[in-house]
Amino acid sequence: MTASVTELTVTAEDRRVAWLATAAVALSLVDAAIPSPLPGVKPGLANIVTLVVLMRYGWGTAVWVSGLRVLAGSLLLGYFLAPGFFLSLTGTTLSLATLGLARHLPARWFGPVSLSILAAFAHIGGQLLLARLWLIPHDGVFLLTPIFAAAALAFGTLNGLIAAKLLAETPVAEPAR
Amino acid sequence: MRWLALLRPGDWLVMAGGAALVGISLPLLWQGGFADRAIIRQNGQVFAEADLHSRRDFEVPGPLGTTQITIEPGRARVVADPGPRQYCVRQGWLARPGEIAICAPNRVSVQIAGRTKAYDSLSY
Repeated sequence: MTASVTELTVTAEDRRVAWLATAAVALSLVDAAIPSPLPGVKPGLANIVTLVVLMRYGWGTAVWVSGLRVLAGSLLLGYFLAPGFFLSLTGTTLSLATLGLARHLPARWFGPVSLSILAAFAHIGGQLLLARLWLIPHDGVFLLTPIFAAAALAFGTLNGLIAAKLLAETPVAEPAR
Repeated sequence: MRWLALLRPGDWLVMAGGAALVGISLPLLWQGGFADRAIIRQNGQVFAEADLHSRRDFEVPGPLGTTQITIEPGRARVVADPGPRQYCVRQGWLARPGEIAICAPNRVSVQIAGRTKAYDSLSY
C-alpha cells in the first residue's frame, strides 16, 4: 500500500450534504418515473428536500444539495448537458435565489408552504424564459404559461405541506451521519 | 397531525397570489396561437403563402376573374372579388389563426395560419 499523498478530510457537514443530496436525487428519479401529461409538469418532489434543508441547515447547504441533485440526477437520467439539464439548472438557480430572499420573510406568517410556492413559480418562470430565449424562440411558448403556473401552484403547495409536516414531525436534533 | 395546521396566515396569502397569477395567465390558453401567415388558395391549390409582417397585395386569377387580396401586418382580407354575393369581401379583416374567407364562385380562399404547436417535441 502506498501512502496517499493528498488527504481529503471529510467533515460532518460534507457527509450531511452528501446524504441529503442522495435523498434529493432519489426523489428526482421518482419524479422522472411519474408519467406527465406535458413535459415540464412534474411534482418536483426533490424540492421537499431542498425546503427541509433550507429550514434546518440554511441556504448554503440548500444550494449544495440542489446543485448536486441537478448534476447527479441529470447524469443518472442521461440528460447531462442536454437542453433539459440547462432548463433544470436555470429553474433551480432561480428558485434558490428566490428562496434566499424569501427565507427572510417573517417565519410567524410565512411557513414552508409559502417558500415552496414561491420557489415553484420562480422555477417555472426561469424555465419558460430560457425556453423562450434559447430553445423555442417564439412567443408560442408562453401559451402554456397557465398550465405551468397551475402546476406550480398545486405542486408547490403539496410539496410545501409535505416539507412542513416533515419539519414538524422530526426533532430539531440533527441526525449527524 | 392536521394538514391545515401546517399552514400559516401568510401561506394563504401566497396561495391566493399564486391563484391570481394563474387566473391572469389563463386567457393565454384560449388564444389559438399567434397569427403568422396567410395562405391563399386557388382551386384548392396553395397559390401563395405570405408572412403577416408587411403590406402586400395579391391578384389571384379564377374562373370568374381576379380576386384581390391584401396582406397587412397581422391581418389579411379580400379587397375585391368578382363573385355575385361578395361574402368573402364583406367578411373584412381576418386576424386570428384559423379564420378563413372563401370566395367560392371564384374558387379562392384566404386563411390565417398560426403556430398553435410551438414545438414538435421537448424532453426534460
